[in-house]
Amino acid sequence: MIAVNKRAGILLMLVLLLVGVSYGCIGGTNGSTATPAEKPKVLTISTTTSLYDTGILENVVAQAFKEKYNIELRFIPKGTGGAILDAKNGASDAILVHALSKEQAFMEEGYGVNRKVFAYNFFVIVGPKDDPAGIRGLSVSEALQKIVEYGRSHPDRLVWVSRDDGSGTNTKEIALWKSAGFDFEELKNESWFGTTGSGMGNTLLYTSERKAYTLSDIGTYLKYQKEGKIDLDVLVDKGEELINVYAIIIINPNKIPDKDFEDAMLLAEWLTSEEGQKAIAEYGKDEFGRPLFYPAVPVLEKKEGDVFRWILKYGFMKDGDKYTECPEKFRYKATYDFFEFPASVVEG
Amino acid sequence: MAWDYIIQGFSEAVHLITDPYVIEIALRSIKVSGIATLMAVVWSLPLSVLFGLRDFPGKWLFKSLINGFMGIPTVIWGLVLYLMFVPLGPLGSFGLLYTEMGISVGQALLITPIIMSIVISSLESIEGEIRELALTLGADELRASFQVVRESVGGIVLAVIAAFNRAISELGIALMIGGNVYVKGGVYNTRVLTTAIQMYTVRAEVSIAIALGIILLAIVLTVNLLSNLVRKWLA
Repeated sequence: MIAVNKRAGILLMLVLLLVGVSYGCIGGTNGSTATPAEKPKVLTISTTTSLYDTGILENVVAQAFKEKYNIELRFIPKGTGGAILDAKNGASDAILVHALSKEQAFMEEGYGVNRKVFAYNFFVIVGPKDDPAGIRGLSVSEALQKIVEYGRSHPDRLVWVSRDDGSGTNTKEIALWKSAGFDFEELKNESWFGTTGSGMGNTLLYTSERKAYTLSDIGTYLKYQKEGKIDLDVLVDKGEELINVYAIIIINPNKIPDKDFEDAMLLAEWLTSEEGQKAIAEYGKDEFGRPLFYPAVPVLEKKEGDVFRWILKYGFMKDGDKYTECPEKFRYKATYDFFEFPASVVEG
Repeated sequence: MAWDYIIQGFSEAVHLITDPYVIEIALRSIKVSGIATLMAVVWSLPLSVLFGLRDFPGKWLFKSLINGFMGIPTVIWGLVLYLMFVPLGPLGSFGLLYTEMGISVGQALLITPIIMSIVISSLESIEGEIRELALTLGADELRASFQVVRESVGGIVLAVIAAFNRAISELGIALMIGGNVYVKGGVYNTRVLTTAIQMYTVRAEVSIAIALGIILLAIVLTVNLLSNLVRKWLA
């Protein structure tokens, strides 16, 4: 009988130990930062992996926002498609994305309001240094045609890698293939054409490993190249269609209940404020010798230059005879102004 | 040549193991999976005792159902729970998506069949012998059942340990329900060992992935060692 009691005692001790460990850890991690009563508010932001993988959101935006407003930003990195799905299911207060056609559809369905353009950079076609398909310095369409030619004559090797993950980069890629005269869905079935179904960083690693070509945003490419994780050259970087425009869209509180509309608006305001734009312009300068993103607001305020017209053409929505970052019907209790310009600026 | 980056990764990893960031992630892993194990134990133990000590029609079906549940891949749990936990989903009002508690609940569901299966079979292996002995010694039914449970403590310990190790080493639920959220000094972070290892491998930051991997392995092995010691002691 005594032996049995001893065993039961041990079991009890074990359970208590487990409780203690769990409880201790709760106290340990929370106690050092804040007690539950001081918990800051949290904003959930669904974002594209190309922004997240560079570290700018974690290291710059989240820190500044917390310091200034005591609001913690919870970034969920997925492709633009995944970010939009999360938002439609009520998981996010705002989305940071870069795929105009998907953004427009999202807003048309009533999910998003008060879109603001806050940054831009460029897509690049990267590939192995020896450039077997010979695309260096060509225009995008010519380069893609060469890649298809080379791919079809070398069906036994991997020539092109696509993210194929419904992301903004993937959306851009599909559009670029289309304007070069190819159908993405058909290309996908060819043996030289690979897909990863995953984020930008992962896709770059794979592309480098297999000595293939891919479309990348310049930010993720520079970060990975600089850190020596990949061995790829930028082969095509000219062409207005390569511009990559990042925007924030606030979730429409009338469509999705219980979203923190006011604080999401604060984030949009901060990103486009002088302070936010400066932070974007500075990020990466020290480390990579050039910024990974460019602030969009100064360009829009200046109202001239090639980049200005490209941002309008590839990052603004047409609303009647105007190009605007957010058409009138998608505005809701806006606390900030929207850029809009006559269509003649773009269409001449 | 080929081993260079692995060796370099290991040597850098050794320094990273004491990094506060790495420790924070490790502690969160222990906490999240510890709570998951606690929750699962709280509801699995009484159920297992109830079913383990009783014979009823269709018991074999019930047991094979539990065993079947053990085989559900964690990404399936991740997918199903994501659909349930999204704020506009059926269980959205609990606010579990992208939280530590969400991961814990998911892991608790994952390990429930493991606990039940091990506990029930250990109860059954002891049941006949002990119960009869207790009954011939003059115990009543309830008292005899109680003896059986006491005698299967070893099995129960094994179940709890196995469940905790399964929880802390799974990736699918932690990634899809937790979202791998991390903000420095943040209160709502959900980055745990498995999701961090996955992320750093994808980002090709091998050293920190190795450091986190060493910690995860150490936790799992330590817990196993402890369980062996306890079982040896009990025997």
